Amino acid sequence: MARFRPGDRVRVLPDVVDTHHRTPAYVKGRTGRVHAPSGSFHDPEDRAYGGSGLPKRDLYLIEFDMQSLWGPRYGGGEEDKLLIDIYEQWLEPAGNPAGRQD
Amino acid sequence: MNAVHDMGGVPSEDPIDRSEHQLMEWERRTGALVDVLREKQLINTDELRRGIEAISPDEYRRLGYYERWSASLETLLVEKGLLTTEEIDKRAAVVGQRWV
Amino acid sequence: MGADHDHGGDHHHPGLAEDLSLGEPARRLMAMEELLVEKGVIGADEVRRVMDVIAARSPVDGARVVARAWMDPAFKLRLLEDPRAALAELGYPVVSGSKLAVVENTENLHHLVVCTLCSCYPTSLLGPPPDWYKSFAYRSRAVVDPRGVMREFGLEVGEAVEVRVVDSAADLRYMVLPRRPEGTEGMAEEDLVALVTRDSLVGVGAPNQPAVNS
Repeated sequence: MARFRPGDRVRVLPDVVDTHHRTPAYVKGRTGRVHAPSGSFHDPEDRAYGGSGLPKRDLYLIEFDMQSLWGPRYGGGEEDKLLIDIYEQWLEPAGNPAGRQD
Repeated sequence: MNAVHDMGGVPSEDPIDRSEHQLMEWERRTGALVDVLREKQLINTDELRRGIEAISPDEYRRLGYYERWSASLETLLVEKGLLTTEEIDKRAAVVGQRWV
Repeated sequence: MGADHDHGGDHHHPGLAEDLSLGEPARRLMAMEELLVEKGVIGADEVRRVMDVIAARSPVDGARVVARAWMDPAFKLRLLEDPRAALAELGYPVVSGSKLAVVENTENLHHLVVCTLCSCYPTSLLGPPPDWYKSFAYRSRAVVDPRGVMREFGLEVGEAVEVRVVDSAADLRYMVLPRRPEGTEGMAEEDLVALVTRDSLVGVGAPNQPAVNS
């Protein structure tokens, strides 16, 4: 059932919305990898406004290279990573970078 | 431009203030009241977060952590018809007199 | 609206006297609690009861879990795989709602936990987060300058070690399983508990070194 598997390259949607959601600006539009599935949970974007949050949504722990996330702003090691849980509705496959139109 | 609560990576040179304060009685009451209302499924975490995010940027920066919780809780309780702003106004004035 | 109760001496809030300069948000909070009790939405003692439950939680509980994981490799695996079940083994109640996740520091890997959007923290096990965890400086800087942040806490993480910052943005609450300090072989579990600091459970610190017997 899960849309993504560990290792899959994924891109976080760049959408700017002013309703409640759990996707921070600094990862929007960025490409990372699925580190692990984190389970499924009530949809916060619905539940925040009194909805049932159903159906539950899959949550994934996504891994980004710090260097690619921040560029020269990042002063740490080459291998350093950022891990963050992102809901499935904010992710799209980025498996084929060569063939992708952004 | 990030929403005010969306702070990850926002340029900041501020050192981290590592001093800690004992939570005050009312702060601990706030946390507990929120837990009680969550247990009763009268509010949920997502609503509480949404209410905090609805605080204006200036207020968000000015208020303390549990003050933001209190503001959000009031938004939710009024929205759900459990309390009215007027009765909270009135009672808050009484509480103020009682404890000042 | 049931407003003609006697509000005189009935409301006793032990400890409130220390908060003499109650600001408006605090007054409104107290007002909301009183009104909810009067309307029968919550019971008169419920908030106090939950305050006691919360007060009983502390980083020592996290330290106990860590010390057990250091002592018992099979328990450690269960803790990483299914923290809820592992905690239940130690008698910690299963808390509904958010789910605890445990990330392990090793020789080559160091985790640091932050919540950039609010201040999510494994409160159900460790109690409320420290002030700095909720500070705007920590929330903005930890994801972009984790090594600088850790240095401010006195923790220098070697160049060869991979730093993994975990931004707990959604429904999981992350706790770090720190590395067992060198020189603790043969120590009793309760002595190991004393080495585990709260800061090491967030990743801004390391466990204390054992005292050297001279």
